[in-house]
Amino acid sequence: MNDRKYELVYVMKPEASEAEVAEMQAQVEAIIARLGGTLEKTDAWGRRKLAYDIGNHKEGFYVLHVIAGSGELMKEIDRRLRNTEGLLRHLVVRIDESDRRAERSKTIRVEDSRRRRVARGLPPDRQPGEGPQQADGDDDDRDGYESPEA
Amino acid sequence: MAFAKKTGPGGKGRGRGAKAAGDKKDGQRRGMFRRRKVCKFCAERIDDINYKDMRMLSGFVPERGKVLPRRISGTCALHQRKLRTAIMRARQIALLPYVTD
Repeated sequence: MNDRKYELVYVMKPEASEAEVAEMQAQVEAIIARLGGTLEKTDAWGRRKLAYDIGNHKEGFYVLHVIAGSGELMKEIDRRLRNTEGLLRHLVVRIDESDRRAERSKTIRVEDSRRRRVARGLPPDRQPGEGPQQADGDDDDRDGYESPEA
Repeated sequence: MAFAKKTGPGGKGRGRGAKAAGDKKDGQRRGMFRRRKVCKFCAERIDDINYKDMRMLSGFVPERGKVLPRRISGTCALHQRKLRTAIMRARQIALLPYVTD
């Protein structure tokens, strides 16, 4: 089977009952099962305020699924969600590649810092009690850093 | 420190504290010295800019709803690009506004 990973977020109308939410999830699961994917995670964020009004709704019920499966599966889910009543928005994002990239840059960074520490004659991992000022002593202006909202 | 901070006879013992206070004052004098901006994502080692992380994204979306430009935030090109994608995704599912008037 395909090893792609996707995230699916959909926003239901706020007046949707628990049964309707459960039914929606069951529908998604059914499609996944039919097209040979696996549902890895389900996370209902619950009711949230929308950043902008959709129709005359100011709130929405958010649900997140993490799905492993093929592109055809996601296409089918997308098509189905498009024609579903009671859904305000949905979004499908492929995440396996960006996850892998983040993982790789993390390993590179860790290895890099280990190599440099060994070159300085230190043990490869930071010892307990070592402050952050030793790890990046070149950043002298960190405390004066302005957060972007300022 | 060039700042004439009044130090009494007992002031010498607090040398470090006085210096830190001077640094802060330095930072408030904008226009004269511009502080080197640091990309937040490089500094905090955030590899993955996620569209679901509202707390992080909202710092880069000012009142009007636009994406905060790089020249203001100091974000590096790579991370600004990722940030933009994340903000656009968050907008699609109404986590962030397109515009607010």
